Amino acid sequence: MTTAIRTRGLTKYYGGFLAVDGLDLEVHEGDVYGFLGANGSGKTTTVRMLLGLVLATSGTAEVLGRAMPGAAHDVLPEVGAMIEAPAAYPHLSGRANLALFDAMGRGSRRRGRAGRVDDALDRVGLGGVDGRPVRAYSLGMRQRLGLANALIRQPRLLVLDEPTNGLDPQGIRDIRALLLELNAAGTTVFVSSHLLLEIEQMCTRVGVLDRGRLVLQQHLDDLRSPTGRVVLRTRDVADARRLLDHRIDEAVGERIVVRDGDAAALAAELVAAGVRVDELVAERRSLEEIVLAATGAGSDTFARTSPVDAGGAPTGPTGVPA
Amino acid sequence: MIAVELRKLLRSRRTWATILLVDALPTLVGVLLAVTDLGPRPGEGPAFLSAVLTDGTLFPLAALAIVLPLFLPIAVAITAGEAVAGEAAAGTLRYVLVRPVSRLRFLVAKLASVLVFVVLTVLVVAVTAYVLGVLLLGDQSVTTAGTTSVSGSSLSTPELVGRTFLALGYAILCMLGVATIALFLSTCVASPLGAALGTMAVFVGSALLLTLDASDAVRDYLPTRYWLAFVDLFRDPILWRDLQAGVLLQVAYVAVFFAAAWANFATKDVAD
Repeated sequence: MTTAIRTRGLTKYYGGFLAVDGLDLEVHEGDVYGFLGANGSGKTTTVRMLLGLVLATSGTAEVLGRAMPGAAHDVLPEVGAMIEAPAAYPHLSGRANLALFDAMGRGSRRRGRAGRVDDALDRVGLGGVDGRPVRAYSLGMRQRLGLANALIRQPRLLVLDEPTNGLDPQGIRDIRALLLELNAAGTTVFVSSHLLLEIEQMCTRVGVLDRGRLVLQQHLDDLRSPTGRVVLRTRDVADARRLLDHRIDEAVGERIVVRDGDAAALAAELVAAGVRVDELVAERRSLEEIVLAATGAGSDTFARTSPVDAGGAPTGPTGVPA
Repeated sequence: MIAVELRKLLRSRRTWATILLVDALPTLVGVLLAVTDLGPRPGEGPAFLSAVLTDGTLFPLAALAIVLPLFLPIAVAITAGEAVAGEAAAGTLRYVLVRPVSRLRFLVAKLASVLVFVVLTVLVVAVTAYVLGVLLLGDQSVTTAGTTSVSGSSLSTPELVGRTFLALGYAILCMLGVATIALFLSTCVASPLGAALGTMAVFVGSALLLTLDASDAVRDYLPTRYWLAFVDLFRDPILWRDLQAGVLLQVAYVAVFFAAAWANFATKDVAD
């Protein structure tokens, strides 16, 4: 499997402030990679280093197999990017903006430009937009235009920073469907976001950044595999507690968490003992729990109940300083 | 990339508004002169202005002398100050660079587009002034007899046209010097206004230093030192000394500040 993005010990200091600390990212071709982290954790700086906008203090970055920023002129034509907010020339129409951006840089051909612009606008649902200047666009329209701008060269790799920002629920669904469709057609998608649900519904792999360090990088399916515990809801709390006793991890009201990987066997055991089972389900952690546990930025109850390394070892070294 | 920058320049309403504003002052002067018939006495006021009442075809030169010391450099400083800082502030810089456009090519294209802006402005000013001069002002010597040079002898019309174009070229070069300083500042600061004001500070400061005897040692290196030397093109024979020094000085300013802009921008973190 080829690598779309690979960084080794990527580090960035802004003056004395360590923004990104020894990052070892690994994005495979064909991935929908979710790059998660709180605001200020270094996501945007990392994205900018990958695109050659910000120069790393130390470490290396490879995009589509070529060193960045050295090979920027060969790599970037195959990369579509949206970095933080979308931007456009406000006095021009969306169409004129795309035509202008398409005309920039190496290998831009005048032939077929109008067609490329129309295609990109169609893809993001702006095909029927009138000639009004971008100044008069809504936030959602600007976001779609920014995405169209990233798509216009039919890139092999899409690097998107908060692509659904400012979109309504319908718009978010459209964009998600679009990204999955592009991915199915072979485009690698690298999405940075702080919207966990967004990532959970879309991504195959995730990387979690915490204060400049990569604390987690793994397949989402592995992360979300059963935890080896079962959640039981019963009205016979006292009976259940007596029966399960030391196997109980926690019990709050009618909800009891049992250390037992086999829900079916547990069900049989409970029924045999005459405990009425209202609900019995294998516990899976949500991405939110995983991220909060990994970053330790959220409520500490998650930190105690869900250790970072549960669910398999991370595929890459995590947070190793350069 | 230069073509793209030109499209941006020419499709911006601000470009045309700026040109119209720059053009407004000499137009106003021309109309006032025509209405009142009160010209400054020879040797007073802006260069050539005393002559335009008798010969309207000289008005383009007078107009140039009116806009060159202040209006034109301000317009150039604003336009060139916008170049990098303006794109950075609007957020478009990062999208231009990831297209990808090389940073050197970007700077060259920006400078070229400012140059086109200057040429356009100078031409608009010259053409308006010519039309105005011919229509409203004196037309005594628009004949084969020729025009009186600053030195008192006669210049034939072809000579006059040739020298006028040389003068326009010289003024454009001076403005390119201003543009390069503004471009450099534009790579340093976050706000386009800061770059424009910084550039204005440079040439206002230079103009002030020129009036001081104490700054004799540096005066020949001040950016505005030879700005008005184009007047010497209309002496008979042409007085080349200041013009040559002026061309050398401006070329040096362009080279030094463009190199500085490139050195600063090449490795700059684009974090806006």
